Order: sequence, then structure tokens, then C-alpha cells
Amino acid sequence: MLDLIAPFFERLYDTTGLNFSPFYNSYDWGRLVEGMWVSVKLITAIIAVSLVIGVIGAGAQTSRLRIIRWMVSAYIEIFRNTPPIVQLLFFYFGLGAITPQVDMGGWYEPAIGSFGWAVIAIGIFGGSYNVEIFRSGIEAVPASTKEAAESLGFSGFKIFVYVTFPLALRICLPALTNNIVSLAKTSSLAYVIAVPEITYSLSGIWSDSVNVPEMMLLLFGYYIVLIAIIARIMTMIERKIALPGYGQ
Amino acid sequence: MTPNWTVSRLTWRAPVLAAGLCVLATLAAMAQDGSTGRPSALATLITWVPFILKGFGLNLVMSVLAMALATVSGVILGFMQISPVTLIRLPAKLVTNLFRNSPWLVILFAIMFLVPFQITLPGGDKVMVPDWLKATFGFSLPVMANVSEILRGAVASIPSGQWESAESLAFTRGQTLRHIILPQCIRRMLPPWMNWYALLTLMTPMAAILGVNEALGNTQAAMEAAGSRPEFLIPFYLFLMTIFFVVIYPISICTRRLEKRFATGS
Repeated sequence: MLDLIAPFFERLYDTTGLNFSPFYNSYDWGRLVEGMWVSVKLITAIIAVSLVIGVIGAGAQTSRLRIIRWMVSAYIEIFRNTPPIVQLLFFYFGLGAITPQVDMGGWYEPAIGSFGWAVIAIGIFGGSYNVEIFRSGIEAVPASTKEAAESLGFSGFKIFVYVTFPLALRICLPALTNNIVSLAKTSSLAYVIAVPEITYSLSGIWSDSVNVPEMMLLLFGYYIVLIAIIARIMTMIERKIALPGYGQ
Repeated sequence: MTPNWTVSRLTWRAPVLAAGLCVLATLAAMAQDGSTGRPSALATLITWVPFILKGFGLNLVMSVLAMALATVSGVILGFMQISPVTLIRLPAKLVTNLFRNSPWLVILFAIMFLVPFQITLPGGDKVMVPDWLKATFGFSLPVMANVSEILRGAVASIPSGQWESAESLAFTRGQTLRHIILPQCIRRMLPPWMNWYALLTLMTPMAAILGVNEALGNTQAAMEAAGSRPEFLIPFYLFLMTIFFVVIYPISICTRRLEKRFATGS
């Protein structure tokens, strides 16, 4: 792959001075690919964590216990109204300092690395939006549908799993898409705790080869393509699970 | 769908109490380790509070300036987006989508590295552009794109019957926009606009990565100056989160109330 495009980009550099070093230098190429791979892994993990938190939180908000509802709203408000970058630093440095160390056979490593903390911190941040999104979806499911399920002998939990949640998911999917896209963008914050995702690895390249504008172009391109792909996948899911005659 | 948020019913009490609990817990934890000779983490934090608050002032200045810039440019961009002329509409769409779909950090990096650090004025004087001003510009770009999108969305949400009846009353396009469409749009635009202000303020600590001395940068500097002991980390970052919370939370409550009022009003 690299052998194929390297001559073109080398000639581009020689003739125009545009230095796309990852496309002809195998070391930089490795860094770029690694960065993209870590970034995709990071985004996937963050989205998964935030969705799980969203579902659990939305379920907990329907709880009869006041203290649980109260705790969920406090969680939402705290994480939505404080800077995500400070949350990330707080988790990584603050909580990371007091998490136990694991014996790796001779040396000690923290039980959760920077990647793990980035997933936890940004996942929790994104989850605080997802709770509200899922909850608005659950509230939009007509009470008569739930009553109908109840009259068919479904238990409360089964109503949630088989009736309320599938309908709620379809209702809140557009809002969910928005949040997932914004989470994918927020994942670049992991740069501050040195997770080797794309922003971090490209910043390594541009400080070595002093080609900031070209790498910026690459970075913008990467995110635009990534977000187009996510948006396309979400639209596909939306179309796939759409119920005829239900919703807008 | 009824905009019936549980959270809006709780308003002040829950989070403020929770934040208070956090602070109390920290106080309790800090009070225990103050017995040794060195000053406790809490005492150190109190010493450095004015320094951190000074940095926070810069955060607020940056957010207000960036929002003003973003609003003006975003509204212009939004009008370009709804222009009937393709040659104006397409570039505006392109700019809007470029900045809406890029992470804040990437835009910030681009501005920090690509905008020169000094500018030659027409008279020949050289003026240094301070970092925080560049960061402000960088923060305003994504908000600009979103304000533009909000305007476009608000104009599109006005029923087309209004355009048609204005036309039948011999209003020109400009007159229709100015006297009929925009007065209705402002109501719809206000809550999302405030939302974006809150989000912008929450993003300003990112400038610390690039060496701007705002709240986060000052907090880190203060921790280092006080001897970078690990027990500083939690109280200092918690304090930082608390001051942001105190400023941003009233804005989000206000936004939610407005949203609710407009939703029931229309």
C-alpha cells in the first residue's frame, strides 16, 4: 500500500513542498495507522460505555425510590455542567493516583491505563446526555401500549425489555445519533492524557517533521470521513428498525 | 412528545447538595492529614484560590468574546445558508459543516499553529497576538457553525404558509425576513444559543493545553508550585469543577425554563 503511493507523495513534497510525511515515510505511516486504529477503538468503547450508562440511568430514573432518582439527576447535572477536560484530568490524575497498582512481574503498573481512563471519563460524560435522551424516549411511549402489555400478563421488567425499550429506542434515535457524533468528536480530548489516538500521533508527526498545515488537513479529513461514516451507519440502523406506521 | 423533563423539576437542590457533599467529603479527608509539618492540601488550596479565580476570569472573558464573535459571524453565515443564490449558499454550507463536524481540540490546534503570532498592521507596526486571543478565535469557530445551523433550522421551522401570505401582501424577501420570520425565530433560537454559550464556557479550559493561563492552566501551575504532592490532585480538580458548575448551572436551568415556556407558548 505504502509502496504504491510513496512515489507520488515524495514527488509532491519535492515539487510543491507539501510534506505529507505519513504517506511516504514508513515510520510516520505506522504512527498514522496506529493512531487511527486507537481512535476507532476509543470511540467504539466510549460509545458502548455511554450507551450502557444511558440505559441503566434511564431505567433507574423510573425507580420508585426517590434517592435513586435523585442520585441519577445529580449525576446528570454534575457531568453536564462541568468542563469535560477537567473531568478527564480529575479521573486520570486524581482517581488514577489512588487506584491500586498491578504487579506485572517485576514492575508495577496502574490497574487502569490512560486508554481505560479516557473510556471511563468520556463514557461517563457522554452517558449523562444519553440518560436524558433515553428517558425522553421512554416517556414518549404511550401509556396505553404499556397497559396493553400489562393486560397480556407481562411483568414490569418484561414490559421494559420487550415493549417500552424497543419503542423508546426508535423514538430517541435521532437525538442519540447527535450525541454519538458529538462523543466521537469529544474523543480527541484523550490527547491531554496522552492516549495515542489520531490527534496525539499526528501531533507527534508534526512536531518531528514541522508540517502542521498538512497534518491539520489530514486530521480534518479524518474526522469528517469518520463522522460521515457514523452518521451513515446510524441512518441505516434507523431505517432498518423503523416500524411501518409508527412515529414520524 | 411532551418536553416533560424530570430534571427540570428538581432544579437547584439535587446538584447543589451533591456538590456540597463533594466539598464536605474533601474537607473531611483533608482535615485528617493536616497533622504533619507541611501545610495540608486544603490550606494550600485556599492559598491558591485567588490565583485560580484570576485564571477563571480569563475563561469568562474568552467565552464572552468568543460568543460575541460567534454570534455575529454565525448569523451572517446562517443568512448565507438560506440565501436563494447557490453561489452564496454552497460555500456557507461547506464552512458550516466543516466546523460543525470537527472536534474543538483540532480546530483549536489549527488556529494556534496556523495563525501567525504577530501581525503587521497596515501602518507597518508589528502587533503580537496573545495566545488567549487566538484561542478565543479558535473557540468561536465551532460555535459560529452551530449558530449558523440554529438560524437555518429556526427559519426552516417557520411554516411556509407565512412566507406565502407575506408574498401575497407584496412583501419583498428582505421585508418578509425582517418583519415576519426573524421575530419568530429569535424566540426559538434563544434556548439553543444559551446552550451553546454554556458548552463554549465548558470548553475554554482546553486552551490550557496550548499554554494559556486560564483556570486549568493556573490550577496545574499552582499544584506544581506548591510541591506537586499527589494529595493535591483531587481537591484542586474538584474545586475547579465546582467553580465552573456554579457559573454554568444557573445558565442551564434558565435555558431549560425558557425552552419549557416557549414549548408551551407556541
